[in-house]
Amino acid sequence: MASVNDTRWRPLEIAFWLCTLLPFVLAPNYLSLASQIAITALFALSLDLILGYAGIVSLGHAAFFGMGAYTAGLIAKHYWTEPISALLIAGIFAGILGYALSHVIVRFRHLALIMLTMGFGLLLHEAANSASVLTGGADGLQGFRVPEILGFKFDMFGRAAYAYALAVLFVCFLVTRRIIHSPFGLALRGIRENATRMPAIGAPSLSHLRKAYTIAAVIAGLAGAALTQTTSTVSLEVLSFGRSADVLVILILGGAGRLYGGIVGAIVYMVARDQFSGVNPQYWYFWIGLLLVAVVMFLPNGILGGLSALHKKRQ
Amino acid sequence: MLSTRNVNKKFGSLVVAEDISLSLPPGVRYALIGPNGAGKTTLINLITGLVAADSGEILLGEENITALKPYQRVKRGLVRTFQINTLFPHLSALESVTLAVLERDGHAHNWWRGLPAFSAAADEAFAILKSLNLEKTANRETRELAYGQQRLLEIALALATRPRVLLLDEPAAGVPKGESAELFAAVEGLSRELTVLFIEHDMEVVFRFASRILVMVGGRILVEGSPQDIARDERVREVYLGAAHAA
Amino acid sequence: MLSSAVGVLFDGFAYGMLLFLLSVGLSVTLGMMNFVNLAHCSFAMVGGYATVTLVNRFGWPFLATLPMAFLAGAFVSLVLERVLFKRLYRATDLDQCLLTIGIVFISIAAFAWFYTTDQQSARPPEWLRTSISAGGINLAGYRLFLIVFGLVTTGLLFFFIEKTNFGAKVRAAVDNQRMARGLGIDVDRAFMLTFALGGGLAGLGGALAIEVVGLDPTFALAFLVYVLIVVAVGGLGSIGGSFAAAVVLGISDMAGKYYFPWLGAFLIYLVMVGLLMWRPLGLFGKR
Repeated sequence: MASVNDTRWRPLEIAFWLCTLLPFVLAPNYLSLASQIAITALFALSLDLILGYAGIVSLGHAAFFGMGAYTAGLIAKHYWTEPISALLIAGIFAGILGYALSHVIVRFRHLALIMLTMGFGLLLHEAANSASVLTGGADGLQGFRVPEILGFKFDMFGRAAYAYALAVLFVCFLVTRRIIHSPFGLALRGIRENATRMPAIGAPSLSHLRKAYTIAAVIAGLAGAALTQTTSTVSLEVLSFGRSADVLVILILGGAGRLYGGIVGAIVYMVARDQFSGVNPQYWYFWIGLLLVAVVMFLPNGILGGLSALHKKRQ
Repeated sequence: MLSTRNVNKKFGSLVVAEDISLSLPPGVRYALIGPNGAGKTTLINLITGLVAADSGEILLGEENITALKPYQRVKRGLVRTFQINTLFPHLSALESVTLAVLERDGHAHNWWRGLPAFSAAADEAFAILKSLNLEKTANRETRELAYGQQRLLEIALALATRPRVLLLDEPAAGVPKGESAELFAAVEGLSRELTVLFIEHDMEVVFRFASRILVMVGGRILVEGSPQDIARDERVREVYLGAAHAA
Repeated sequence: MLSSAVGVLFDGFAYGMLLFLLSVGLSVTLGMMNFVNLAHCSFAMVGGYATVTLVNRFGWPFLATLPMAFLAGAFVSLVLERVLFKRLYRATDLDQCLLTIGIVFISIAAFAWFYTTDQQSARPPEWLRTSISAGGINLAGYRLFLIVFGLVTTGLLFFFIEKTNFGAKVRAAVDNQRMARGLGIDVDRAFMLTFALGGGLAGLGGALAIEVVGLDPTFALAFLVYVLIVVAVGGLGSIGGSFAAAVVLGISDMAGKYYFPWLGAFLIYLVMVGLLMWRPLGLFGKR
């Protein structure tokens, strides 16, 4: 456990981020996949803030991802195609939704909390499905294009896409890292560790949780917007329960509450899915199911947790 | 300093607090004693707001705090510890107490500045740990500490909030006789300006540390007085002390 | 106007009975052990596919397969409980969710492998499917059957829970597990049997549902949401709560589909969110 003052960058971290530049050189045909991974990693990072650090189990986090995605898509379709400004607006809109919902969410625990988060996600999905005039309904939002970012074209090679997604991921990562190592981050961990004790030391727990939930919503919205802009399409699936469940699996796989868990999980999960994409979808379900059972039974803290335990054993 | 007026509470048909009116002046050490199930912990829960009273008022100093949420009461200086360790398992002792200090000073909402910038809080936390002889455990996770050390950490967390009134719920619960001396030295060493109320079953400890005793039975305050008065009181002997002296 | 309203009520009530059978087991086991078993609808699938196999492959009459569907659901749930679930009774909500979702995924894949992803059907006998005319309204025979079946089962469950020794043990364990153990009640055994009973009822529900909603491997996930709504809204551990919530949900769903088809499932989710915000422990919940 790091001491209170240990916030320096470890060499392994620096090496990791340098490695994220490798795909440009080593895997130029896979840059589209790489940008998808970066976006998913960002989404998982946002979930980690509320799940891994504050302890809120959410089965409806896709609501904010989708909110950001649709906002960015609607801006591109009806207003302007400059991505960065649209990205920021999408993040703000997702944050507003998060802030509003947070007033309800933070008052509940256990099954009621799980059901409410799932319920809100389902509600938004249904609303988007029905409001087809605005959102395109089940067909998704089409007929727009985000051609470029800062002069670099979003083409089928995916260079600009990956650079953009990676940049957004890195910036949000820096922000999240800062939050984790701040007094607020410590307070969130306190809530996760013992929610009863927090009011007893004078902590306004509900206010802390609302703030964390809002920040997580903003970051999830940014991820969704990035997806829209790099692919010039929004499908209804971005609001689906499947996406909420997927990101949960990814985070748990990588290891929640460890900052890098979402990124590790996203890389492993999506590379695996890409490799097995030719295979029948039923097989995919089977192996994911088996993986989930295995992770819960044998690797409860995910990949990073397992590595950390292995590291401790060696010492 | 702390007073209640006609506080009542029942769960269904079970009356856990009946017409509780008490008044604790500043600086006095009170012991709250009574048989199991008398409602002592419930009274602390009522005073701190964890449980809402059916009727009655709670006042801290001149201020009526009956409508305040638990964390707001803590911010005004009304603090309690728990009978069962209610700590942060994966946080280190230092992190736990630092968190309490940060919350007290209103810095815990700050998500932009790193913890190293708040070294004053960590230093103060370390000083509190040191005053309770816990400095060696500072960087160890709470769940790795010995039980007695965890009980002391409970008190450390409470002290970090700079209380005016401190309610200790069986501070030595589960701590073997040999180790509780340190615990009570800590309680004894508490500032004389602090009003302290502690729930305790061990009469030796009660008579040693308390200057006033409250006896609670069946949800009511039976009697209040000095240790000598209580020791002589017939009703108390009947209900409680008789059994303890025989044991 | 009135006849359509009655029709909606009738169909909704029948659908509610189906939801009740599918959900009651989960409600009781959640209330007893606080074990979040999201794989509950997989047991329903097991029962459904058991019936499909017996009817289509072996030519059994539909009604005769129902006890087998019950047994299949009970058996699978029992095996899973003994082998896997009981290790996680003290685990976090999240871990239990994840493990049981994993089981759901595995079951979906397994059934897709053996039965393909096609819709299955297992038709009940002709005489059950005829409509009955009563007071100018056409009541579908099968739905009437569902209602009667559901009410009888509810009655039996109530009798079982309230009047038998075992039922008393179950109620005690739901109320206060530690106390029940302290009184010498073998809570683990009571839970195991209750879990099997719940799984059996789910299997039964799955078999009965074929005629109404069909059966394919995604059933385990598609109905999970509805079952969870019934359990959460009805209150954990409450048979009466499950009954009430299932009926409310069934009728709301039918009414929504009939009167506001453009809303889709929006109405259901809205009702659930609203009810949970008002009563987070469910309408009849204790915990």
